[in-house]
Amino acid sequence: MGTEVFLPQSLPEFWDVHGSHPDAAIYHGGTDVLVRLKETGRTPPAYICLERIPELQAVQDCGETLFVGAGLTHAQILIEPNIATHWPLLPRAVAVLGSPPIRHTGTLGGNLGTASPAGDTLPPLYCLQAEVHVVSASGRRSLDIRDFILGPGHTALQPGELILGVQAPKAGDWGIPHFEKVGSRQAMTCSLASLAALIKIAPGGCIQDIRLAWGSLGPTVICSKAIHRKALGKPLNIQTLNSLADLIQEKISPIDDQRASIHYRRQLAQNLMLRLVSDY
Amino acid sequence: MHIEFTLNEQQMSLDVPADRPVVRVLREDKGLTSVKECCGLGECGGCTILVDGQSRLSCLMLAAQLQGRRIMTLEGLSTSEKLHPLQEAFVRHGAVQCGYCTPGMVLAACDLLQRNPHPDRQEIKAGLAGNICRCTGYQKIVDAVDAACTTDKDSGRGY
Ligand SMILES: Cc1cc2nc3c(=O)[nH]c(=O)nc-3n(C[C@H](O)[C@H](O)[C@H](O)COP(=O)(O)OP(=O)(O)OC[C@H]3O[C@@H](n4cnc5c(N)ncnc54)[C@H](O)[C@@H]3O)c2cc1C
Repeated sequence: MGTEVFLPQSLPEFWDVHGSHPDAAIYHGGTDVLVRLKETGRTPPAYICLERIPELQAVQDCGETLFVGAGLTHAQILIEPNIATHWPLLPRAVAVLGSPPIRHTGTLGGNLGTASPAGDTLPPLYCLQAEVHVVSASGRRSLDIRDFILGPGHTALQPGELILGVQAPKAGDWGIPHFEKVGSRQAMTCSLASLAALIKIAPGGCIQDIRLAWGSLGPTVICSKAIHRKALGKPLNIQTLNSLADLIQEKISPIDDQRASIHYRRQLAQNLMLRLVSDY
Repeated sequence: MHIEFTLNEQQMSLDVPADRPVVRVLREDKGLTSVKECCGLGECGGCTILVDGQSRLSCLMLAAQLQGRRIMTLEGLSTSEKLHPLQEAFVRHGAVQCGYCTPGMVLAACDLLQRNPHPDRQEIKAGLAGNICRCTGYQKIVDAVDAACTTDKDSGRGY
């Protein structure tokens, strides 16, 4: 008869189903979960699909901050006006995530849940200083994204908890939202390295504030306080960016695999930063 | 499990295992052979279908998810004997070689033209980025989509 698939229509219905099927495979778009199950040949005792839970679909303007539900697909993120206005960095990353059908299917919550070092929404969310809102049958809590993502495939989610969404300060006034990833081809590629950036330039042309976050170059997203300190007050030019190169090399721990060598990935970490001036 | 959904404009009522991949429901149970299970991992686009008008990969959907949805496969693209303008353009521009990727390519193009009726060549390439073709080198496929939206513009016909 096959394994049962539940499509709860609300959070309370989810807690009910989850209570009686605690070992079910939970998925939203399934672009990570169904692929992983297929690759490992495993069949879970049941499936719970989150696609019909309206509570995960909220987008809310909260004044100083914006809240975006975990259930938004990448395609929805690309057309949501509040996100375009207040977090223009996020759609830049999502635009190069997967392919159109993957973007119609995969979700923000799924990207967070998978916690891949190559997850393309993660560096932007680190730059935005997002809080991850988590709910369970017994209540709601929120965590800094740096405390939510613990390592490759590893998050602070407890059994029975769901990601409700992410909340972060509006950042529409940061002059430069930037995202670039490098992979073995242009589309549908897992990044070898990526860089998300938010930069505020003071009227005199110097860096007033800067947030940089690298993906795929360590077990989680890499940020550097030292780089931040060193860049402040400097002009945004090649000399400044070159002077930061050693600092990023100390922070990253890229892997070596058939797709690229450590040496190449280290070079990318640096060169991605140099692109911040060629683009603007 | 009992599911009801619309398939190529026809009301369907089926009993299937809830976890059966949608690609097998469509191809094996319903005989819609335009839907190809190739990589089974979302990488190739051979199993592309339209779900409520949007391109999705039927290898990454379980049968239970069909409930209440409007599904279209290539077989449902043109209702009469006449080919859809995209199909015509694929034929005219030699965009079909072995034909294996063609249904997915045409549906991906449909999805793109719904979102962006007049894409440039770069946008066409990005719109088809999830669909792999091992014969044509893609040029003729891009030509076909390009031509289909130009013809469309001239004839004032909308997708
Ligand atoms: C061909 C292909 C290309 C891809 N390309 C990219 C790419 O370029 N960049 C990239 O970053 N990713 C890529 N991915 C991976 C994937 O598409 C993304 O990570 C996507 O965002 C996952 O979302 P989903 O809803 O499909 O996740 P699912 O597979 O449904 O879930 C993933 C994990 O998150 C958990 N989860 C989902 N929603 C919630 C929630 N609300 N609360 C708690 N846990 C939850 C699930 O339990 C599971 O552990 C690709 C995948 C494929 C198949």
